[in-house]
Amino acid sequence: MENIDLQLIDWSRAQFALTAIYHWLFVPLTLGITFLIAIMETIYVKTGNPEWKKITKFWMTVFGINFAIGVATGLILEFEFGTNWSNYSWFVGDIFGAPLAVEGIMAFFMESTFIAVMFFGWNKVSKKFHLISTWLVAIGSNLSALWILVANGWMQNPVGMRFNPDTARNEMINFWDVLFSPTAINKFLHTIYSSYILAAAFVIGISAYYLIKKRESVFARKSILVASIFGLVFSIMTVATGDESAREIAKTQPMKFAAMEGLYFGTANAPLVAAGMLKDCNDPEKPHIKDFAWNIEIPGVLSYMAFLDRNAFVPGIYDLVHGNEQQGIVSYFDKIERGKIARQTLEDYKLAKENGNVELAASLRAKFEDQDFIDNYFNYFGFSYFDDPHDIIPNVPLSFYTFHIMVAVGFFLIALFVVALFFAIKNTLHRYKWFLIIALISMPLAYIGSQSGWMIAEFGRQPWVIQNLMPTHTAVSNIQSGMVITTFWIFALVFTVLLIAEIKIMVNQVKKGPKIEEE
Amino acid sequence: MFEQMEFSTLQHYWFIIIALLGALLVFLLFVQGGQTLIKQLGKTDQETTMLVNTFGRKWEFTFTTLVTFGGAFFASFPLFYSTSFGGAYWVWFIILVAFVVQAVSYEYRSKSQNLLGKKGFDALLFFNGLIAPVFLGTAVATFFTGSPFHVSGMNMSYWDNSLHGLELALDVTRVETFINLSLGLAVFFLSRVLGVLYVFNTIDHDEIIKRARKSLLINSIPFLVFFLFFLISILLIDGFAINPQTQEIFMEPYKYLHNLLEMPLVTALFLLGVVLVLWGIIRAYFNTDKCATKAIWFSGLGTVLVVLNLFFIAGFNNTAFYPSFTDLQSSLTIYNASSSKYTLVAMSYVSLMVPFVLAYIWYAWKSINNKRIDQEEMDNESHVY
Repeated sequence: MENIDLQLIDWSRAQFALTAIYHWLFVPLTLGITFLIAIMETIYVKTGNPEWKKITKFWMTVFGINFAIGVATGLILEFEFGTNWSNYSWFVGDIFGAPLAVEGIMAFFMESTFIAVMFFGWNKVSKKFHLISTWLVAIGSNLSALWILVANGWMQNPVGMRFNPDTARNEMINFWDVLFSPTAINKFLHTIYSSYILAAAFVIGISAYYLIKKRESVFARKSILVASIFGLVFSIMTVATGDESAREIAKTQPMKFAAMEGLYFGTANAPLVAAGMLKDCNDPEKPHIKDFAWNIEIPGVLSYMAFLDRNAFVPGIYDLVHGNEQQGIVSYFDKIERGKIARQTLEDYKLAKENGNVELAASLRAKFEDQDFIDNYFNYFGFSYFDDPHDIIPNVPLSFYTFHIMVAVGFFLIALFVVALFFAIKNTLHRYKWFLIIALISMPLAYIGSQSGWMIAEFGRQPWVIQNLMPTHTAVSNIQSGMVITTFWIFALVFTVLLIAEIKIMVNQVKKGPKIEEE
Repeated sequence: MFEQMEFSTLQHYWFIIIALLGALLVFLLFVQGGQTLIKQLGKTDQETTMLVNTFGRKWEFTFTTLVTFGGAFFASFPLFYSTSFGGAYWVWFIILVAFVVQAVSYEYRSKSQNLLGKKGFDALLFFNGLIAPVFLGTAVATFFTGSPFHVSGMNMSYWDNSLHGLELALDVTRVETFINLSLGLAVFFLSRVLGVLYVFNTIDHDEIIKRARKSLLINSIPFLVFFLFFLISILLIDGFAINPQTQEIFMEPYKYLHNLLEMPLVTALFLLGVVLVLWGIIRAYFNTDKCATKAIWFSGLGTVLVVLNLFFIAGFNNTAFYPSFTDLQSSLTIYNASSSKYTLVAMSYVSLMVPFVLAYIWYAWKSINNKRIDQEEMDNESHVY
């Protein structure tokens, strides 16, 4: 921590981002399509109609192609916490590791065991057991998401723990607080629901391709029918959980909230920026501030979104850095000072212990149990690693754009599902080629929206790896940047080759169509 | 119920779970071993397909066990996670690359337009099958021979060698390097032995079985040589002992031999494991088809027992399970590397699900393996690798 190697930090972040982005190209489809497959197989078992078996098996093949690469990149992510973020692993292992272990025991085995039955059990097990297996794959993969998102939620809003100065780490004191933290629950629901949307858009897109090509029309219509209902239901849920998340962020991560909206100066009755473009501010007095080149505002909505009150004050970036006495906001300058006191206390304690000064050590140790010290000093521990408060501001344009792209894609997809459902019910899909083309284009859009969602979640909280407690630059392993640069490029190469193979196989499989799958 | 347990009991309990996951992982490496034998056992394209499919239906188990092994280690002994993974960076990186390509290779090898071709993906399967056992085995050997690292007062870990883990397999000036490598190679040949036994268990094809029988002998001999070399070596070397009063680490001559003598149950189970592994091999080699089919269960259970008890010898009876030879006092023990008591208690409740998980794995396994794979099945199956 003494000598910060900026190159090491940047490349470690790049490697993690690379792995996470690749991982997230495959996971949302897995989360959603497994449920769609389970629904389709249920219809098959209920009706006995072989057409539904054909539909189920085709989407299962697509799932298989996608799944393999998702688990592979997932393994890398898990181990990268250790290889590249070893200081982090120790600082939070007592909390973060637990959900990860539960995930392995409860979710991964369920998923992998029943996937084998799902793929290879058609002629080996009863129809009913096969159907149960398919449902368990869906439940297992979504349970995996639960635990890792609980861990991520904890990083955004650390709860249920206490710092132990003897071991220099955070230790869990309440498992349920960690599991049922509103941040974690919202994050989980918002993530899986939005993944269901992506899967629905994927199924609709490919089905639209068949309709454009004037083939597999029964298959395509049935698939679109199931997917658009599924997509529409979960779009509404995604909006609801997104709204809840926004309130949660306004409360626990006000800086991220302000950055999402490009809000520099707080105000009551704050407007929501529906769309806009940021530019550098030319005022030399305010070097850290960006301005809107243009924007569309909806008055009062941001205040309402954040606090359910149009007149509520929403703090801007400037208020958070410089403080706002009227609103009771402690400045970052102040927080840095308090953080430094907390860290000094820890160092004094270590020294007193080393020197055998029992009395002093005991009195310093007691501070870490004292609620007043925790609330007013230790809670700003991470700030002690900064000297300039402006270093504690995330990349505002990146946060602003990714947030707005995510929201725009979300609302666009709702419209898509409504129209798709309408045409599917009326059985007129084949007549509207323009719509089918839009549906096809919506596939990559859904991916962009989904990735943007993670980008705002992760970039928006920088420079923190654990909000207010651990800055990203103190979390890295004690290794040389050259090593990380090498592994970054090797991973980039491997992932890219696999992605190209995946896309080629997928395209080929789609072209071949569901008929080939039928025995 | 777990709340009432002593902290150290919980630390032992979690080390047992880690050891069990490690032991199951080594058994499941039969998938990897099998992947290196596909070209030897299968001469025609059809035979190869059969072999790939028999191992391909089990890759998820090995993979998931590795993930869970990692996750459980992170959760119960986070200092090991941060020290070993962040320190022996290259070792873990190579293991990761080996595993990234595995799942995809199965799924993509026989699909058209797959970019690398069937041969390319089969080569990746061989790469995974070779690297994973050798590196995992070598890494586990360092639980006995130690690694170069130190841990600061704030529990930050630093690796003391610029090769970041590779020196443990490459530094020929240290005798320990050969001990490390011998376990790596022993695990590699063991995984092949188990792979062959799994072929007896699941494939119904005379030619393949005939070749498998030959391969069994070829791989059993080097396995025994390397394993015995490793075993005798660690029983003779000085071990990393903990003074239970002061928690100080010191070198104790014949520490691991002492551990065997002082823990008779561990010794008994360890020897039983060795006997079972050998019994499975002998049974399969000298007997008829029917006996050979079940041999995997003897050698498999034997493997689990041997590895489980190796972990106990490395970490129980006041022994540092992840020792440092550059800074003795930085060595990791189940006491100084573990999570807090609260976390161990919480996770212990979750661990009660393990028998349930094992039960459904067993049930699903049986329902898929109830009939041996033959050519007919390959022709009719809709999901063929």
